[in-house]
Amino acid sequence: MVAYIVRRLLLLPLILFGISLIVFGMIQSLGSDRLLAAYVNPGLLDKLKPDQLERIKDKYGLNDPMVIRYFKWLGNTIKGDLGWSVVGKEPVKDALLHRLPWTVELALYSIIPVVVVGVWLGITAAVNRDKFVDHFVRIFAVVGWSFPDFVFGLLVLMVFYSVLGWFPPGNLSFWADEVVKSPEFRRYTSLLTIDALLNGRFDIFFDGLRHLIAPILTMSWLWWAYLLRITRSSMLEVLSKEYIRTARAKGLSERVVINKHAKRNAMIPVLTVGGAMVIRLFAGTVIVEMVFNRTGMGSFTATAATQLDYASIMASVLFYSLILVLGNLVIDILYAATDPRIRLG
Amino acid sequence: MRSETKRILRRLLRNPSAVIGFSLLIFFIVVAIAAPLICPPQSYNPYMIPIVSWDLTPKPPSDGHPFGVIAGRDIFYGIVWGTRTAFRVGLLVTLISTAIGLFIGSIAGYFGGWIDEILMRITDIFLSIPYILAAIVITSFLGMGLNNVMIALVAFGWMAAARLIRGNILQVREEQYVLAAKALGVKNFLIIMKHVLPNTIFPVLIQASMRIGSLVITAAALSFLGLGAPIGYADWGSLLNFSRNWLLGASGEAFKYWYAIVYPGVTMVLFVLAWNLVGDALRDVFDPRLRG
Repeated sequence: MVAYIVRRLLLLPLILFGISLIVFGMIQSLGSDRLLAAYVNPGLLDKLKPDQLERIKDKYGLNDPMVIRYFKWLGNTIKGDLGWSVVGKEPVKDALLHRLPWTVELALYSIIPVVVVGVWLGITAAVNRDKFVDHFVRIFAVVGWSFPDFVFGLLVLMVFYSVLGWFPPGNLSFWADEVVKSPEFRRYTSLLTIDALLNGRFDIFFDGLRHLIAPILTMSWLWWAYLLRITRSSMLEVLSKEYIRTARAKGLSERVVINKHAKRNAMIPVLTVGGAMVIRLFAGTVIVEMVFNRTGMGSFTATAATQLDYASIMASVLFYSLILVLGNLVIDILYAATDPRIRLG
Repeated sequence: MRSETKRILRRLLRNPSAVIGFSLLIFFIVVAIAAPLICPPQSYNPYMIPIVSWDLTPKPPSDGHPFGVIAGRDIFYGIVWGTRTAFRVGLLVTLISTAIGLFIGSIAGYFGGWIDEILMRITDIFLSIPYILAAIVITSFLGMGLNNVMIALVAFGWMAAARLIRGNILQVREEQYVLAAKALGVKNFLIIMKHVLPNTIFPVLIQASMRIGSLVITAAALSFLGLGAPIGYADWGSLLNFSRNWLLGASGEAFKYWYAIVYPGVTMVLFVLAWNLVGDALRDVFDPRLRG
C-alpha cells in the first residue's frame, strides 16, 4: 500500500512534465509568426518589414532554441506568470481564478442529483429485474447515453426558457449581478449561492439557483444513464451471491436483504466509477457552459480557442489536466485504502 | 463455421434492441449512399449546403424545404449529406485510432519490461488531458475543417485500445501456443500477427464499435462550438450551431424555431443510438463476460 502510493506520487511530476511537453509542443507547432500575434496586434504585423519582424521576435525570445523557450515558459508557469489573456482582458491567472468558482459550483452541485438519482434508478431496476420498471429504466439508459450533451441542453433551453421562461441562460439576472458586484455583497467563499446565503440575500440565492437548474439537469441526464447501468449490473451480481441466498434463507425480510446486505456491497464498483465520473463531469462543463451562455472556466477555454488566445488556451488545458491528474490520484489512493486486495498486494 | 455464423445471427435476431440498432444503422447507410438521389447536389462541392435564401431568419418547414431553413440553408439537405460526414468521421477516426492503439498496445504488452513501462506512461500522459479539451485546442490551432477535426480526435483517441490490447496480450503471452511458437524460433512480429492478435482482437473491435457514437458526438460538439466543419458544411453539429444563436434570444416565442433543433438533434440521437445498440449487441454475442 505504501509502496503503491509512493510509486504514484513519484510518477506525478513525470506525468505533469509530460503534459506540459504536449501542451507546449502543440503551441509551438504553430510557428513563430503566428505566435507573435500573442504579443503584437495582428493588424500591425502585416505592415511591418521583415527585419522589424525579426527584431520583435528577438525581443520576445521567439528566435531562441526550443529547449530554452520551453524552460522559460515552464519557469514562468510555475511562478504563476501565465501571460496576458486577450479574451479575459486581464492576466490569465486572474481570468482563471475569477471564473473557476462558477465552474466548481456547477460541477459540485451536479454531483448530488447524478449520484442520488443514478444509483436509485440502478437499484430499482436491479431489484425489479425483467419487470416493466427494469425495461423502462434500461431503455432510458440506452437512449439517454445517446443524447449529445449540447443537443439535450438546447432542448432544455427551448422548453424551459423559450416556452416556459423558467430557467434563463447565463449566470445571474442583471439586477442580481449588480448587487453581487457592489461592495456591500461580501465574498466569503466565492461560490455564489453560498455567499448569497451568508449575506442573507435569499433573492440572490434563488436567482443563482434558477440559472443553475437547467445546466445541472443537462449534466445529470447523461451521467444518470451511465451510473444507473453500472449500479444495476453491480447490484445484479451481488444479488446472485451465496450470502444473499443465505440471508434470505435465514428468513430476513426482502427489505433488510436489499438494504443491509446487497446495497453496500454493490456500491464498491460504483464508487470507483463514480470518482472517475466526477472528474469527467468537470470537463463536461466546457460544452454545458457554452450552451447556456455561462461564465466559467469551460466557456473561457472554448472562447479562447475560437479566438486563438494562446496564453489562455495553454493555461486552461494545464489547469484542467492538473485537476484530472490530482483527482485520479486521490481516487486511486482512496480505492487502494478500501480494497484489501490492493492494500495488501 | 457456418453453423457458428447462423447461431450468432439467430441470437442477434432474437434480441430486439439489436434488431432496432441494425435497422437504424442500415437506414443511415442507405441515406448516406443515396444522398445524391435524395438531395441532388446544386454546386461543385455537394458537401456545402446550398444557400436558398439571403434572409437569415429561420423559416419553418414548407413544400420545398421539409425540415425548414436555418441561416439561409436547407436543413433537410444538411441532414442528408451530413449523414455522410458522420460516417466518414466516425469510421475513419475509429479505424485509425484503433490501429495506432493496436500497434502501441501490442508492442508494450508483448515485449514488456522498460518498453512497456515507457509506452504505458506515455499513454497515461495522453489520458491526463481531457478529451474534449485536447480536441478543442488542436482544432483551434490547425484551423477549421473536417480533416483537422479527425486529426485531433485520432491524436487523443488511441489510448483505450492500446490499454485494452496490452492487457489481453499480457494474458495470451503465457499461453502454450505462444510459448511453443517462441520455442520454434518464430519471429516476434509473426507471433504477434499470427498468434497473439487473432486471439485478442475481438474485445478491441467491440470497444471500437461502441466508441463510434461518442466520437460522432465529440466531432459534432466541435462544430457546434464553431471549431469543426467550416460554416455551411453539411454537418449536424454546424446546423445546431446556427440554431443556438436563435434560441438564446427567443424568450417568449414558444417553440418558434423548434425545427432548427429538433430535426438535426433527433437525427444525431438516432445515429448515436444505432451505434450504441449495435455495440451492445455485438458485445453480448461475442463476449458474454462483459454483459451488463
